[in-house]
Amino acid sequence: MNIVVCIKQVPDSAQIRVHPVTNTIMRQGVPTIINPFDLFSIEEALRLKDQFGAKITVLTMGPKMAEQALRKTLTFGADEAILLTDRAFAGSDTLATSLTLATAITKINETKPIDIVFCGKQTIDGDTAQVGPGIAVRLGIQQLTYISKIVSIDLDAREIIVHRCVESGTQVLKTKLPCLITLFEGTNVIRFGTMTNAFRAARYKLIEWSATDSGISDVSQCGLRGSPTVVKKVFAPSARTDKTIFISGETPEIISQTLIDTLFSSYPSLQKDLFDISSQGVSK
Amino acid sequence: MTEKFDAIVVGAGPAGSAAAYVMAKAGLSVLQLERGEYPGSKNVQGAILYSDALERIIPEFRDEAPLERNIIEQRVWMLTDKSHVGFDFRSEEFNNDKPDRYSIIRAQFDRWFCNKVKQAGAMVICETLVKALIENEHGRVIGVTTDRDDGDVFADIVILADGVNSNLARVSGYRNELENKNTALVVKEMHFLRSDIIQNRFNINEKEGVAIEVVGTLTRGKIGMGFIYTNLEFISIGIGCMVGDFQKGGLTPYGLLDELKEHPSVKPLLISSEMKEYSAHLIPEGGYNAIPKIYGDGWMVVGDSAGLVNSIHREGSNMAMTSGQFAAETVIALKKEFKSFSEHNLARYKIALDNSYVIKDLKKYKRMPNFLHKNRHFFTLYPELISEAIATILRVDGIDKKSKGKQIIRSFRKGRGLFGLIADSIKFVRAIR
Ligand SMILES: Cc1cc2nc3c(=O)[nH]c(=O)nc-3n(C[C@H](O)[C@H](O)[C@H](O)COP(=O)(O)OP(=O)(O)OC[C@H]3O[C@@H](n4cnc5c(N)ncnc54)[C@H](O)[C@@H]3O)c2cc1C
Repeated sequence: MNIVVCIKQVPDSAQIRVHPVTNTIMRQGVPTIINPFDLFSIEEALRLKDQFGAKITVLTMGPKMAEQALRKTLTFGADEAILLTDRAFAGSDTLATSLTLATAITKINETKPIDIVFCGKQTIDGDTAQVGPGIAVRLGIQQLTYISKIVSIDLDAREIIVHRCVESGTQVLKTKLPCLITLFEGTNVIRFGTMTNAFRAARYKLIEWSATDSGISDVSQCGLRGSPTVVKKVFAPSARTDKTIFISGETPEIISQTLIDTLFSSYPSLQKDLFDISSQGVSK
Repeated sequence: MTEKFDAIVVGAGPAGSAAAYVMAKAGLSVLQLERGEYPGSKNVQGAILYSDALERIIPEFRDEAPLERNIIEQRVWMLTDKSHVGFDFRSEEFNNDKPDRYSIIRAQFDRWFCNKVKQAGAMVICETLVKALIENEHGRVIGVTTDRDDGDVFADIVILADGVNSNLARVSGYRNELENKNTALVVKEMHFLRSDIIQNRFNINEKEGVAIEVVGTLTRGKIGMGFIYTNLEFISIGIGCMVGDFQKGGLTPYGLLDELKEHPSVKPLLISSEMKEYSAHLIPEGGYNAIPKIYGDGWMVVGDSAGLVNSIHREGSNMAMTSGQFAAETVIALKKEFKSFSEHNLARYKIALDNSYVIKDLKKYKRMPNFLHKNRHFFTLYPELISEAIATILRVDGIDKKSKGKQIIRSFRKGRGLFGLIADSIKFVRAIR
């Protein structure tokens, strides 16, 4: 199999601080990590490699610093790592990012046809969940998002069956390869790479592609120029002032009555809304 | 596939990075292994960096390293519950173009240092715990076992720079357990403030810093020291005591720190700051007499794992780097001479240390740990007596100064007794001589 995994290096949001005075995000000194959602994709790709044998190429668009993230995926067991890095990419929104990645994937596909592209479900710094689907659309392949399980892959029939998480339950989907998959969190746990892979990662000579190398013909579609999204303002929401109300009582009846009274007194309109709903129910 | 290097260095603190850097610069093949996610992620220091030791290894460090404030003023405070008696030393001499000490952030500094190691040509692998040393049938160390699958790696020499706990040396039977009377547990917090506020509070200019060392009654007679250091955008404050003293009960590390922060001399320094980070770490404070065996067939120990800390002057990172450098230079010299890394040949490392400030200073204070253990009143009685004496002299209350003098002498004699006072001075002078 030929697998491409797209990842992003992100600031560790657990350690991001908002400047106490200016209220802006302080990125300086914040450690960077592989976007946690991407780790599920990397591990799933590695499992397919264990099962079917595969070449895994990890792809990221980012500054030079993103090399750390790529190298780490090699420690886990990925085979190749490509860094798409160019001044022209700076300031990309999800539209421009998916264009850049899709173009590079197309180029990889020319050397050897790709079976599956994995992306993270979303990033923890942008949270849009748009890049994966964006790539799939640009490549004209099926997108399987929120996948909780790869049930089977039939390489001869070029078919894949997966479980997809939806709010009401699980969908069982079958589609043709090649396809793009994003994984639901918790699907697997990233492995701890072997010493051999750690050595390979440390010695690996990273592949770097500029916009031209990636096959992009019109750089005005990348980076800031190719990004219609505008960040108008960043702010820290003011702290919530609502206090937790503890509800206690001697018997379950008293507790539930107190709960209802407290709810209705806190949200006076609630009583009316509930009444409307229940009277509709009766009339039906 | 088995990998073999000239040298393996365990740990990417100042000791390990100094050793790896010097060896890699000399063209040796070096593997540095660090268990943390990145170098510095697990490390704690005050942190004051002394320039000299680093300058001898990387002369141009001032242009590159993440340094915070140039320390131009040192204060020593003796605290009683309500007062402090202080000694300040501030000098423009510290403000030359090659300042001799800086505040740093270890997480950033260690990362920078280890990057230099990589640039010098060593291979650095993080998130890899060294579990044990591999010995051959003659008991010579020939490599390490890591926690990764197929994790054995081999080398002609293994340098242990694994910090105060020095698990590896213990597991291998090269040293004993740390003694709780020789090991301090220190807690530290970082309190963020705007840099101009820090400068105002400490009466310093941009990029200048102050270091305050604190002793006194708040450790309730237990051997302990606190510190307050200025970083660019935060104040580091910490305090610790011997692990053995904590074990006896009555004191907790965080309780001590809370008390220090509430002390009337300290509280105004921290007002309106935001505590964003805290940490705890051990310091080997046994001094000269607690230094374990530091070399053997195929191995050397450097830095905290060799117990090289001068706790009276709070010097540790410099001794770590110097010992790392000496260990590396020993390896380089033996390689050049085509000599083996036998215990006999590695004795050069110890000789280099013995002839340097590291062992000379530790020797000078070798009686200090014992002295402090036996003379707990240095932490309780003297701060009270001295503070009281100064208050008596300064008080304007109609009593003539000569009588005040007598009153002070009386209070000292009452508190400690004449013989006690004389004995203390003699013992103290002996301990530091
Ligand atoms: C609160 C506090 C304040 C201090 N203030 C000062 C100060 O102001 N100035 C000063 O000079 N000194 C100070 N010191 C002392 C100084 O921090 C130490 O002396 C110094 O860090 C020792 O360096 P090291 O490289 O020997 O050990 P460390 O810095 O502890 O580094 C050891 C490294 O080894 C790694 N490691 C450990 N075991 C393994 C393993 N099995 N496998 C792989 N990796 C491993 C660790 O993760 C760590 O990165 C202070 C110490 C403390 C705790």
